[in-house]
Amino acid sequence: MIRFIIRRLLFGVLVLWLVSTSVFLCVFVAAGHPEQVIGGPRATTETRALIRHNLGLDEPLAVQYARFLGRLAQGDLGTSYIYQTPVARMIGDRLQTTAVLVLGASVLWLAGGVLIGVLSATRARGLADRFATLFVLVGLSMPAFVVGLLALFLLFSKLGDAGIHLFEPGPPLQEHFWKRMILPWIALAFLLIAGYTRLTRGSMLDVLGEDYIRTARAKGLSERRVVYRHGLRAAMTPVVTQFGVDVGTLIGSTIVTEKVFGLQGVGQLVVQSITVGDTPVILGVVMAVALCVVVANLLVDIGYSFLDPRVRLS
Amino acid sequence: MKLLEVRDLRVAFPTADGVVRAVRGVSFSVEAGRTLGIVGESGSGKSVSTQTLMGLTPGAQVSGEAWFDGQDLLAMPERQMRRVRGAQIGMIFQDPLSSLHPHYKVGWQIVEMIREHEPDTGKAAARKRAVEMLGLVGIPQPDRRVDDYPHQFSGGMRQRAMIAMALALHPKLIIADEPTTALDATVQMQILDLMRRLQREFDTALIMITHDLGVIADMADDVLVMYGGREAEVAGRRTLYYRPHHPYTVGLLESVPSAPGVGGRLKPIPGQPPSLINLPSGCVFHPRCEYVMERCRVDEPPLREVVATEPAPGEEPAGALPGGDLPRVDLRRDGTHRSACWLPHTAVGLDAGVAAARRAASEAADAGAGAAEDADGAEPEGGER
Repeated sequence: MIRFIIRRLLFGVLVLWLVSTSVFLCVFVAAGHPEQVIGGPRATTETRALIRHNLGLDEPLAVQYARFLGRLAQGDLGTSYIYQTPVARMIGDRLQTTAVLVLGASVLWLAGGVLIGVLSATRARGLADRFATLFVLVGLSMPAFVVGLLALFLLFSKLGDAGIHLFEPGPPLQEHFWKRMILPWIALAFLLIAGYTRLTRGSMLDVLGEDYIRTARAKGLSERRVVYRHGLRAAMTPVVTQFGVDVGTLIGSTIVTEKVFGLQGVGQLVVQSITVGDTPVILGVVMAVALCVVVANLLVDIGYSFLDPRVRLS
Repeated sequence: MKLLEVRDLRVAFPTADGVVRAVRGVSFSVEAGRTLGIVGESGSGKSVSTQTLMGLTPGAQVSGEAWFDGQDLLAMPERQMRRVRGAQIGMIFQDPLSSLHPHYKVGWQIVEMIREHEPDTGKAAARKRAVEMLGLVGIPQPDRRVDDYPHQFSGGMRQRAMIAMALALHPKLIIADEPTTALDATVQMQILDLMRRLQREFDTALIMITHDLGVIADMADDVLVMYGGREAEVAGRRTLYYRPHHPYTVGLLESVPSAPGVGGRLKPIPGQPPSLINLPSGCVFHPRCEYVMERCRVDEPPLREVVATEPAPGEEPAGALPGGDLPRVDLRRDGTHRSACWLPHTAVGLDAGVAAARRAASEAADAGAGAAEDADGAEPEGGER
């Protein structure tokens, strides 16, 4: 088990190294004119040269790369060109908001998706199943902003203007935490719940056809026990895999939901940074998201070994 | 007193391609402590019949009766049926790896069943019984192996564990559905020995479903040969082996390596089992039968009693072994040997003489079609059912 985790950790480090290197090549080598961003359009040639020198951009590529990796290893993601503050701190605040958004929504979509998926599978081709299929199609085909705006619209038609200030950007997350988060959670979860319903239904239908389910019935167990204890247990494997991937990648891609609900998250930071060309921040976000994906997958792998004893031993 | 008596069981599955008529009116019975062998190819309806008795064929249209210990299994409400499953009728399936849940420990799976049926049993007590059962079926160090997962067991051990589970609550009947098919030949014998020993010990009735006549020869008291969802032939084990009547049974026996009556080459049955959606007209076996007559294509033969004439003194009986060792065959007409075939019900056995007699009878029937319609006119009535 320890060796398994160590192997996975090393693999994660390898992934992060590959990501950082490709980001370095793309951002610093291919499209790097930070002196224009920092100095502004009216900076003189001397000023620009000075900026390049201060940033170490006039040194050989290998030296720049070594420095970049060295800083990265210490958790230093550089300094924002625009704000002149450490990128790590800028991302840290935003990451907290996005993580709260994604993790809260993940509870909803996982519970909802699995529940609807199981009901749908155990009543395959029944009325509930057809209804769930329709729901899945709607969920899969709705863009995020539509869901978000729809949610807001429904809320305001009930609350009136009293609720709207909740979703204006600015105040720290702790203020009116539940009131502010419940709607973004639902909106984000709605986008993913459909996929999880479909995934759980398919997986569950496969498992319910297995021989060991027949054995469970032949043992005289109740249908509830057969479905949940024997069926769902085995059907969760692909769902957990997908869950790890989704939670990891969503950290960097909840821009629309953040925008609609006025949340100062990572997604918004990326959009702002790309607009003004704040390269260190973009790089930092990419690294942070990569780290989240790696960690999420590591957790999934460890979770696997608890779920399936066959993984534990091999 | 019969423990299980199945009467006119019919099972059909509506599918997109049409209705699959998997079982078309099968009757059989088992007594306590005895073994019924059900033989047939894939798709003959042998597994479906028994799984239907247990209520394990969802979506099936079922008719008929199945009296088990005074209750009709087919008319039983689900809640009551659950108390029968596992506790009174145990099942052993073909592939022990896929039949055990891969995510749970072997012992846990046995404990789960004990506690489901006997909620008052404590965890520790149930576990102790699981260990005992595992020991009983010959698993070494059962107190340690009880905490192993199925994938940590070998194929034979998994099937032993399945048997331990099936016997844990001392059921009156065990249904074993091809229990040795997925196992190595050497392990097969061990498992069959084990099942025989435990059957004697617990006085359990056993239904042994298989396509392997060797298994039947080892285990069964009575044999039911199924084809295309119906009985082809019913007989005691010895009768079936030495004096088979139905050409399908003969074909099965001749396609077994080292079967009695065949010298060198194996003789496969030509053709494929019938489609259960579009069944052949008349006798379902006629497209593959070497003695097919006009009548077979039109009329489905009923299951009728087979009565072979006693061999005359000095004459070699029809079912003699090649070595000359005369088998002791029960020729009494007791209604235990029945066959669904239009061939004369006196033509039984495996040797060349009987084959010639069958061929002659089938040719005579076709030549005189219309005049002497019944190829088996010589057969006494009374075997009709």
